[in-house]
Amino acid sequence: MKALLPAEFADLEPFAAQWCLPTEHERYHARLASTTEEMQTFYDAVTPRAEAAMDYLDALSLDSLPDEATNLLYLLYSMIQASFPVELWRQPRVPDSGATSFDCFVEPVP
Amino acid sequence: MPRFPKPPEGSWTERYPNLGTGPVSYDDSITPEYFEREKEAVFKRAWLNVGRVEQLPRIGSYFTKDVRAAHASIIVVRDRERRVRAFHNMCRHRGNKLVWTDDPKNESQGICRQFACKYHGWRYGLDGSLTYIQQEGEFFDVDKSQWGLAPVHCEVWAGFIFVNFAQEPTQSLREFLGPMVTDLEGYPFERMTSRFGYTTTVGANWKLFMDAFAEFYHAPVLHGNQSPEKYSNAARQAGFEAPHYQIERPHRLVSTSGVRFWEMGPDMTKPMERLTQGGLFGPWEPADLGELPKGVNPAKCDPWGLDSFQLFPNFVILIWSQGWYLTYHYWPTSYNTHVFEGNVYFLPAKNARERVAQEMSAVTFKEFALQDANTLEATQMMLETRYVDRFLLNDQEILCRALHTEVRDWIDAHEVREGVRR
Ligand code: FES
Ligand SMILES: [Fe+2]
Repeated sequence: MKALLPAEFADLEPFAAQWCLPTEHERYHARLASTTEEMQTFYDAVTPRAEAAMDYLDALSLDSLPDEATNLLYLLYSMIQASFPVELWRQPRVPDSGATSFDCFVEPVP
Repeated sequence: MPRFPKPPEGSWTERYPNLGTGPVSYDDSITPEYFEREKEAVFKRAWLNVGRVEQLPRIGSYFTKDVRAAHASIIVVRDRERRVRAFHNMCRHRGNKLVWTDDPKNESQGICRQFACKYHGWRYGLDGSLTYIQQEGEFFDVDKSQWGLAPVHCEVWAGFIFVNFAQEPTQSLREFLGPMVTDLEGYPFERMTSRFGYTTTVGANWKLFMDAFAEFYHAPVLHGNQSPEKYSNAARQAGFEAPHYQIERPHRLVSTSGVRFWEMGPDMTKPMERLTQGGLFGPWEPADLGELPKGVNPAKCDPWGLDSFQLFPNFVILIWSQGWYLTYHYWPTSYNTHVFEGNVYFLPAKNARERVAQEMSAVTFKEFALQDANTLEATQMMLETRYVDRFLLNDQEILCRALHTEVRDWIDAHEVREGVRR
């Protein structure tokens, strides 16, 4: 199978299929569908590589990223999603938000 | 001792004597009858923001908008002269909804050369003129020039598109906005095209939800679990005070002093904030916007965090010192529900790092808003029990008091004018 991420980030490939998602809607729902433990594992793997990933991406033009680089950027967005439960709440949803939802209907590309 | 000086009147609230300082009632937020009065007196009379010109980039770009509180559904379009116009979204033949895709209950947007009715094929130009009648000869002396789409008053200020459903608005948009708002002209709204938009239906009266964004007194408590414990504790202990409030009726403003997260120790910020260099206050690296117009931070607060311009009735422009802005819209759908829309606008990111900081800021905004939304449903639920109807507001909650007062005054004035009552 073709790798989703640039070769330099092959170590993150095990997380790519689940977390390289193009929309906020998908990323947020991947978060709600995950346990804190799963997100902790993802978080622990990706945060030490985030600086290197941003350096890698900053060497490219944001308007014309190749697919693998775009996926890497999506992985960073998912890292942000996962950080909220992992760093603070130990649960996928923000506390005291009940069944409330907040749909993202437009976001910058990429 | 207040952290910031109060005005000479003794408090912000007393500076505006029409507000009073006594307990308030939320009778205005719990009945269908009051909502009907608001529709007539407020939403069918005030200028309402329905979007920005960037949503209509080309000739023929359009979007539709349902404004339930004015019992209206409109088309907003850029015509061949590049002028932005608004029309009631209704065919002049037999009243079919003119523009819709798939489900007429949903809003739609796109680009077109003309509007064609799905029912019998009448067509209208981008300026609303009736251009084609199917089997025109079967009709009886029709002068097509008299049967264009019904126009809605539409004016643009600083790229914000406003409409007004009155027969004849009593004020132009500029007069309605007044200097406190128009002094924002020159702020580079049009350059901030990197947009995150969120929407949700909230089970609370629109004013109650506006109140939750009109004061920051709740933030250290309700949002305490959004920050590391050390920061939350410090914030709760300090409480919240704003250095500046201003009311130029019908609009309201609060400016806050800044929090410099980036100067704080690591136990005061989240690891992800440090990694992404972003958070609630936006990207830590401020955007360079050049000199700002005098309407921004009008009291020259230093340090300065944000200005929240609460435009009557249901629109907020919130300008952050870090060089980005937010808008909020609260569109009532009944006395105890409304559609809330929040938009976050940044300059386009020049590289991945900037984009990642924006993502962190937008996601943080959403997490806070989720807590606000759920809390206000709890408030609505209890107010509707009606066992208690007197509530206290402090000086930091002046803008809540002012919104409810303003709505009541508009209703009074309207009903007296219309002879509904004396
Ligand atoms: S209702 Fe539109 S053409 Fe008949
Ligand atoms: Fe809040």
